[in-house]
Amino acid sequence: MTGTLGKDLLGLESLTGDQIRLILDTAEPFKEISERAIKKVPALRGSTIVNLFFENSTRTRISFEFAEKRLSADTVNVSSTGSSVSKGETLVDTARNLEAMRIDMVVIRHSASGAAHFLAERIQSNVINAGDGTHEHPTQGLLDLLTLRDNLGDLRGRRVCICGDILHSRVARSNIWGLTKLGAEVAVCGPRSLLPNAIDEFGVRIFDRVEEAIEWAEALNVLRLQFERMTAGYIPSAREYNRVFGISRERLERAPGDILILHPGPMNRGVEIDSDVADGPHSVILDQVTNGVAVRMAVLYLLAGGKPELAEAAKGGAGRGREERE
Amino acid sequence: MKSILLSGGTLLDPSSRLDERGDLLIRDGKIESVGGRIDGGDEAEVIDCLGLIVSPGFIDVHCHLREPGREDVETIATGARAAAAGGFTAVCAMPNTDPVTDNQAAVGFVLRQGQRAAAARVYPIGAISVGQQGKVLAEFGEMVGAGAVAVSDDGKPVASAQLMRTALEYARTFRIPVIDHCEEPTLSAGGTMNEGIVSAQLGLKGIPAEAEEIMVIRDILLARLTGGHVHLAHMSTRGSVELIRWGKERGINVTAEVCPHHLSLTEERVRGYDTNAKMNPPLRTAKDVEALRDAVKDGTIDLIATDHAPHHYDEKEREFADSPNGIVGLETALGVIVTNLVEPGMVAYSDLVDRMSCTPARLFNLPGGSLKRGAAADITVFDPKARWRVDASQFLSKGRNSPYDGMSLVGRAACTIVAGSVVYRSGLPARDREQTNRLRG
Repeated sequence: MTGTLGKDLLGLESLTGDQIRLILDTAEPFKEISERAIKKVPALRGSTIVNLFFENSTRTRISFEFAEKRLSADTVNVSSTGSSVSKGETLVDTARNLEAMRIDMVVIRHSASGAAHFLAERIQSNVINAGDGTHEHPTQGLLDLLTLRDNLGDLRGRRVCICGDILHSRVARSNIWGLTKLGAEVAVCGPRSLLPNAIDEFGVRIFDRVEEAIEWAEALNVLRLQFERMTAGYIPSAREYNRVFGISRERLERAPGDILILHPGPMNRGVEIDSDVADGPHSVILDQVTNGVAVRMAVLYLLAGGKPELAEAAKGGAGRGREERE
Repeated sequence: MKSILLSGGTLLDPSSRLDERGDLLIRDGKIESVGGRIDGGDEAEVIDCLGLIVSPGFIDVHCHLREPGREDVETIATGARAAAAGGFTAVCAMPNTDPVTDNQAAVGFVLRQGQRAAAARVYPIGAISVGQQGKVLAEFGEMVGAGAVAVSDDGKPVASAQLMRTALEYARTFRIPVIDHCEEPTLSAGGTMNEGIVSAQLGLKGIPAEAEEIMVIRDILLARLTGGHVHLAHMSTRGSVELIRWGKERGINVTAEVCPHHLSLTEERVRGYDTNAKMNPPLRTAKDVEALRDAVKDGTIDLIATDHAPHHYDEKEREFADSPNGIVGLETALGVIVTNLVEPGMVAYSDLVDRMSCTPARLFNLPGGSLKRGAAADITVFDPKARWRVDASQFLSKGRNSPYDGMSLVGRAACTIVAGSVVYRSGLPARDREQTNRLRG
């Protein structure tokens, strides 16, 4: 099946601004489904989807599963920590076995950059990248965009700064591509040891000090600091990171205007973000989670060949179904 | 042994300033006479070389033949036949085998297997350190006595400057080059491609050019200190070229090689996560390629070597970060160089012959590299205009891991002669039974 997005969603790099807007627009009507008492529409009835998680994930996996179930797809979850190598079966064999079971879509999370590409080249099913190594996490990027758009409107010219470990963050890459394609001004802020050396060539603004970022930005997307970065020697300690780069209430109070705080989760409270910020009035962190389900429904629907203009009708169809049952 | 008359080709040997149409007669494994019209007598086999270039045989000073240890991936015999098919009359086998070629018995084994193959000559390279562990010096003297032509811990950098110093000093007695794989291991750790914009976008850990260059200058300085001959393997960056130039200008005994892939492909090739674009050192940027091409032209880089590195299909058919480094190169080297350097007018055919034959023979003190009368009849006849499509499934090497698969190249070996015997003729590739069975299977 090939919809308006092509066969797969591997990253935001390969999408156009129009395609990204289409996904966000399609997500709008789907938001409402999750607010209903009976959260189900028949759009993907009869489709089989495998959620293939080679890396730990709670939020993304559950979010995809809800999105699939609310669209009436049949789903199977396969979780396996560690790489395919340690598991014994190669990724290519896993792919072939899935193909042999005639599934429609695969959602894959994997620790290796390019794993989703690898799978997509080898199977005919639609492949959705749910995070590959340090490459991309497109649905996270999309839900961040949707949340920003809900709050800021059209993102053209809006100033968004991504803070933290850009070097190892797939969320950062998807955000940079997505925001740039929607015309936003993008900045990054973090210790230079956690920024790619070639960051200049991304066409983003760079802030060495978080205070400067706060002064400039209308929204901060605060990335999780992986603790293994300290043991690998990229930065000295979590305490110092919080002191120099942490988003605190004191720092936010110096923002010249209103500022939104996003975080892809899971949060390290007291490290990259203080609790009173995470739970405070600037935070839209839980809205991101809510939007995650809608955006993933939109992606599933569009990749399955759903017509964007019929998304509203698909929703309505569910309504009729419910009336029939009633 | 039958005499062979190579008739009517262009005789090209920069080492003796030979570049003219003419015949060449081979008798008893040696070059009997060169130039003009030669009457080979009735018993000589005549090979028509019209439109072809007759040059001293190509010598690859850097390849991995995987035997002993990984005979499933390549054997000395399949590697030697692949070499012959690529126009190489001799190859030097790197010692990172299993077990490591770090003693005289192991060196003797490689030599014997090469002789049995009766294709391209195979010269063993011994390890610098026992087990390539980078700690204790291997027995250079005994290995040279058994036939080793150089020492290297290739695949692994010599991390210890003290060990490298000692190796360069100790090797002087035996007049052999010490080959280093230049890579500062703490900088390159975990890296899978060149560090830059592409690695940043693909989310792959990069290896900065500096990881190579730091070791290049260290080795050059150690060569200055010791007077030993350091040969730098597979140079990949513009900075390395500048440092080598610096060393040569000061008369330091440093030589260097570059691989066809570093002269023809860039890091852009990694987009799409193609594991056949994964090697160490990695593919770099267009600026690096340009600097390396200039360095081949002006001689800053002395020679071209393949770093032929076959891998099993299954090992390359996996996630980029998990797949092994390296590509096969013996059967595409000539075509890649002609297509990318000679055809665009960057270097002449005589430069190609110099960098692929004369200079390797001279620097590694090997027979061949010359069309002079009386020289060993190690000769490559190649068609400089042959346009062909690379089909990795047809390689004589067991390896299929080539980034050139499916590409169109110009320039191909027509006939490879080792010690007066034809070991390869185009159109009639000599396959062994094992290979035929495998191709059928």
